[in-house]
Amino acid sequence: MDINNTSDFVSGFWNVYVIVLVLLSVIGCGVFLWSQSSAKHAAGQTTGHVWDENLEEFNNPLPNWWRWMFYLTIIFGLVYLCLYPGLGNYPGSYGWTMRGQHDKEQAVAEEQFKQAYGPLLKMDVAAVAADPKAREAGQRLFLTYCAQCHGGDAKGTKGFPNLTDSDWLWGGTAAKIKETITNGRDAMMPPKGLKPDLDLDQIKDLANYVSSLSGLASDAGRAQRGKDLFGLACGACHGPEGKGNLGLAPNLTDKVWLYGSSEDTIVETIAKGRQNRMPAFGEFLGDAKVHLLAAYVYGLGGGVTEPAKSVEAIAEPPKAADAEKN
Amino acid sequence: MQSQATYNYGVVRQFAVMTVIWGVVGMLVGVIIAAQLIWPELSVVEWLSYGRLRPLHTNAVIFAFGGCSLFATSYYCVQRTSHTPLFAPALASFTFWGWQLVIVLAALSLPLGLTSGKEYAELEWPIDLLIAVVWVSYAVVFFGTIFRRRTPHIYVANWFFGGFILTVAILHIVNSCEIPATLFKSYSCYAGVQDAMVQWWYGHNAVGFFLTAGFLGMMYYFVPKQAGRPVYSYRLSVVHFWALIFTYMWAGPHHLHYTALPDWTQSIGMIFSLILLAPSWGGMINGIMTLSGAWHKLRDDPILKFMITSLSFYGMSTFEGPMMSIKTVNALSHYTDWTVGHVHSGALGWVAMIAIGCTYYMLPRIFGKNEMHSVKLINLHFWVATIGVVLYIASMWIAGVMQGLMWRATNADGTLTYSFVESVKATYPFWTIRLVGGLLFLVGMLIMTYNMFKTIAGGKAVNAPVLEPAHA
Repeated sequence: MDINNTSDFVSGFWNVYVIVLVLLSVIGCGVFLWSQSSAKHAAGQTTGHVWDENLEEFNNPLPNWWRWMFYLTIIFGLVYLCLYPGLGNYPGSYGWTMRGQHDKEQAVAEEQFKQAYGPLLKMDVAAVAADPKAREAGQRLFLTYCAQCHGGDAKGTKGFPNLTDSDWLWGGTAAKIKETITNGRDAMMPPKGLKPDLDLDQIKDLANYVSSLSGLASDAGRAQRGKDLFGLACGACHGPEGKGNLGLAPNLTDKVWLYGSSEDTIVETIAKGRQNRMPAFGEFLGDAKVHLLAAYVYGLGGGVTEPAKSVEAIAEPPKAADAEKN
Repeated sequence: MQSQATYNYGVVRQFAVMTVIWGVVGMLVGVIIAAQLIWPELSVVEWLSYGRLRPLHTNAVIFAFGGCSLFATSYYCVQRTSHTPLFAPALASFTFWGWQLVIVLAALSLPLGLTSGKEYAELEWPIDLLIAVVWVSYAVVFFGTIFRRRTPHIYVANWFFGGFILTVAILHIVNSCEIPATLFKSYSCYAGVQDAMVQWWYGHNAVGFFLTAGFLGMMYYFVPKQAGRPVYSYRLSVVHFWALIFTYMWAGPHHLHYTALPDWTQSIGMIFSLILLAPSWGGMINGIMTLSGAWHKLRDDPILKFMITSLSFYGMSTFEGPMMSIKTVNALSHYTDWTVGHVHSGALGWVAMIAIGCTYYMLPRIFGKNEMHSVKLINLHFWVATIGVVLYIASMWIAGVMQGLMWRATNADGTLTYSFVESVKATYPFWTIRLVGGLLFLVGMLIMTYNMFKTIAGGKAVNAPVLEPAHA
């Protein structure tokens, strides 16, 4: 549906109604002004009416410059209505629409982008990450689209991962980073893990054990009891030693805590579970911008070199660029 | 006979005093939220956070300060120019207590986060109903007095007051059509872009009638009175009155440029906003030219200074408004602090200054004094307030244009040059200047409060005798 006409209304009558009412109103302003300025008025004489002791009115004529300013705005309005949409469904002789203006401006920006970065898209992410010009562009994109959650310095905050360290929830290889940006990620830790009958005391035991895994202060007795529970409730995802599984559950033995490492927070995490989402940007940004962003994030310091077996992943970026060209 | 009938100044006194009190409160909240923009950590609890205090600020200055001022001046003007006491004095008294109740309920419900989400119409449905009752009572008192007037003609100030009262009733009732869900929550009767259009039809005419037509009514009574000169042109007042109330009605869509509103609606809003320039300036010309032949009075009359300065700001902001409604200009100015500057050049420069001038005119007369306790303090108030306004709007102009340019700047590669947060960082110095400007304006109001209470303390409540109409 084209939103720029009177299609919101139920019948064609309203198109005519809008046109007639607008023209009558604009022209009516001019006729009213003309009717009021043709009469002769004596400057410097009052109307003869008096209110509240001394309130009187001179009957000076309308200032000429003011009258002409008024007429001019009316003429401008009529000319504008000929050139631009305004009179119901009549599109105006320029054929201008705000959607058209937007599309045109966006096409120019896309073209400039393609010209500036076309060659980079054929290079793999690791190579792009080493190119200072590409890093600059990547940073600008990052500040526009990613900084709201991950911060301008990409160091994240509670619930939003730090992208500058070497700890990766979903993988730090070029291909994995690109996959994360393109498709987004959904993460879910179920409340109480796989043991829904945990009581608060047991949760505290678990929390203490988890704290001990990364060397934080903990109650030794509780930690000991928590260790037995860990295998039942958490081990399936986090691994028997709590070292995590890439793409499934984070490593609990390092110093990185996405939601915080106080006992209360860990208890909250276990008791209520966690849900988190990184939105998918592939469709919104297009392959080219995702490629530059992936390279920027890869180059922030934590990028992981591709293991030899995933040669196909390295070959992916040029393919994506080709696809876009078609 | 004549010596026994007196004008009803009681309700005027009540509203005049509350004008000053609510002015201080509303502007204080404004200063607090201006500070919160610079130091976000000042949002200590949720009910004192920016998002809740901002609607409290706008409601307090527009409807509490501006509203009380309109009630006081219109009640004062309508009975004196009709040569008869107010119609239905009990109802007039009800409008005072009813309006104060509305304000108190707003001051409680907005910080609690109860809001209908419509700008300048945030109050929830029970308060909306109370407003409608008070407003209809106001109309009965005002028009009842007009009908009982003892002069053949209705004075021009009353046209503007009357137009403002009638239109605000329609605006409020149509825009507040909502379906209650609970006592504290309702949903608008309109949906989507129609809701937005009704909202800005209301919003822009709240400016056009509440803050313009009503205050022009003040101007038409108090400026000729204070200057001791006849109104410049009766003819001009006729033309600009009808043109102003007719064209304002169409201008709302300029608040929704480049949105889901169809192109044709936006264009109509824009051209009528431009046509509105001349009708708006008619009021400024009539006010300022009333002083021709008496310019020397400006030198030593600070009340007249307030009035003439307010008219200058009125002329400036009613030029700025139509310019900002042009789509290409709006593409730069919309959503920036330029809009905030524009609003305050109207709200502080025009609305507050004319209201302050008129209140200084009335206070000694309704409290049985020849003049305010200290004319020097009025003068000090004038200069403090004027410097405050200039700092405020100049800083917001610069900040707004800078934000607009930063947001649209692109690199040679087509990417955005600045992220949003960079434009926020760049605005801090201007927010600081704005805070100083707002603080100065608040200090002026505190000076006025002191002056008012000293005047009241040295005087006593007086109701002037009703005058016989002059026979030409």
